[in-house]
Amino acid sequence: MDKFETLTAVAVPLKVANCDTDRIIPARFLKTRRSEGFGRHLFCDVRYDASGAPRHDFPLNRPAYADAKILVADANFGCGSSREAAVYALHDAGFRAVIAPSFGDIFFNNCFKNGMLPIVLPAEEVAAIRAALTENPGTPLTIDLENQTVTRGNQVWSFAVDPQRKQCLLEGLDDINLTLQHRSAIDRFEAQYRAERAWVE
Amino acid sequence: MADALPAHPRTIIDKIWDSHVITEQNGETLLYVDRHLLHDGSFHAFDGLKAEGRRVLRPAQALATPDHYVPTTGRRHGIPVADYRNLVEGLVANTAASGITHFGMDDPRQGIVHIVGPEQGFTQPGIVLVCGDSHTSTHGALGALAFGIGASEVKHVLATQSIWQRRPKTMRIAVEGRLPEGLGGKDVILAIIGQISAAGASGHAVEYCGPAIRALSMEGRLTVCNMSIEAGARAGLIAPDDTTFAYLAGRPYAPVGKAWDAALAHWRSLPTDAGATYDRSVTIDVSGLAPMVTWGTSPEDAAPIDGRVPDPSAIADAARRESKIRALEYMGLKPGTPLSEIEVDRVFIGSCTNGRIEDLRVAAAIARGRKARVPTLVVPGSGLVRQQAEAEGLDRIFADAGFEWREPGCSMCLGTNGDTIAAGMRAASTSNRNFEGRQGKGGRTHLMSPAMAAAAAVTGRFTDFRRLGPS
Ligand code: SF4
Repeated sequence: MDKFETLTAVAVPLKVANCDTDRIIPARFLKTRRSEGFGRHLFCDVRYDASGAPRHDFPLNRPAYADAKILVADANFGCGSSREAAVYALHDAGFRAVIAPSFGDIFFNNCFKNGMLPIVLPAEEVAAIRAALTENPGTPLTIDLENQTVTRGNQVWSFAVDPQRKQCLLEGLDDINLTLQHRSAIDRFEAQYRAERAWVE
Repeated sequence: MADALPAHPRTIIDKIWDSHVITEQNGETLLYVDRHLLHDGSFHAFDGLKAEGRRVLRPAQALATPDHYVPTTGRRHGIPVADYRNLVEGLVANTAASGITHFGMDDPRQGIVHIVGPEQGFTQPGIVLVCGDSHTSTHGALGALAFGIGASEVKHVLATQSIWQRRPKTMRIAVEGRLPEGLGGKDVILAIIGQISAAGASGHAVEYCGPAIRALSMEGRLTVCNMSIEAGARAGLIAPDDTTFAYLAGRPYAPVGKAWDAALAHWRSLPTDAGATYDRSVTIDVSGLAPMVTWGTSPEDAAPIDGRVPDPSAIADAARRESKIRALEYMGLKPGTPLSEIEVDRVFIGSCTNGRIEDLRVAAAIARGRKARVPTLVVPGSGLVRQQAEAEGLDRIFADAGFEWREPGCSMCLGTNGDTIAAGMRAASTSNRNFEGRQGKGGRTHLMSPAMAAAAAVTGRFTDFRRLGPS
């Protein structure tokens, strides 16, 4: 998994509340293998018109945001389907962080498994960041995971992150290996659990 | 004499959680997973396992069946589309290699994972059940803590039979009153989401309770819990009771004899203790409820059939106003239009929300002696549901009414098997998501109950099924 330590990159505002994962990547692309890449399908049905031409009113299509690695979204971003392809699509299109007032739970979890940092900030702060980015398209944000800050010019916002997830991202750790360090605890738990609930197996 | 209050009263959510904690670290809990469901969209996880050279730790605790990519017609000729065939055959190979039970396309037990789990008794009270699909919340109807996970987490569960989770906040949704005759779980859950919003239960595990929930059949409860995720909930469950136990008894995976007695004693200890507290509580009264339909592109855009398309310009919050204006544009609807005047092009009856036998009985009762005005698809949720429906003659009722009777799978809920609606088409659907493009690019989806969908099929518009004339 990619490490995430600090990131200074162009950020693109996307003001769509309840942006579901069907919108991030439509279902017809879900049969794609991971190795084929998902980046070109990102926001496909809202990003391109019926003829396949980019829609100029869609922020990701504006030249100023071409190199964006940070998405500044709206409430309940990534709600709906559990498809991890929503994270693959963002990742493969170059994104490494998403800032929003709230996230769909499964999407939020999926981010951490793919080296992507989801950041929750209060709605007013996210709105202010989006407004600033819209006024000056193409300006960068800096995200510092160790210190849990988002910076734009001389403005700094602090965010919370679960310590364990932070550690995994900072070190690019595979959480299966982490879990297997607890293998004897799992075995102990299982033995007792099965003794108490023979009917479950 | 009243029972003494436990010293530390707990909710059913806390009880299940506490009994599955393997270890805790940095505020995260490693939770034991009792049961794991897999489907033909689970290939990323198997691909990853293979690439990392890992093996499946507890194959006996998993169950697999293809649902998203299976054809719903002409099945005996195989799967014509190579991409879909590869995924369905990939599941056969992956489960065979790891020793996981698999109900294949020619097995009558095949179906949508969320129909198959409860139907087989694989889903049981008090367990932790996961699946790489957001509608895993369905299984909470039997009193399980069940939640959807992503592909990397599926891989983790396959390799370790456990999952890292943060303890969810708890939320109680009390459904008071008596549901009017003919209304069901779909109306209840659409009313709930309409009230609390699509993010109304974010970060919470929900317990549904109250007399209207108790009165629901197991099928109705499964429908309610299915759509918990549409309110943003991590999980939704209902404490097990005699309805649950009667449903489970005799199912293939359900315990028998002494094991049943031991299980039952445990199951009866699960309901929330008197005096337990929740982080949030919401009450809804369904006594005066009318059949619900959605008008927008989020399940929260729900209204009673006797209502009108709302006017978004009245919404104070600017972001919300814009999003609802956009939703109406996408749906091709004007504010103020009576919902009962909206005409439909397609009807879809099926999915993990409403593809069970009770749903098909309700739809058939309306189809009987009437004719479909628009193309209508009826897709049973599993092969066993299909068999049961045929044994009851429902397939003939549908055929006589011009409804297409299909083979089991997800079908037009998501359209990944090719069953889609065309751009601009309006569908009345018993599924769970009306997102833009959900049933096909540019398609317009309206969610409703099987009774309402069948009524739309025979009238060509949204119709309160209670007002249908004689057939
Ligand atoms: S029926 Fe629809 S919602 Fe249910 S599992 Fe299948 S695709 Fe998902």
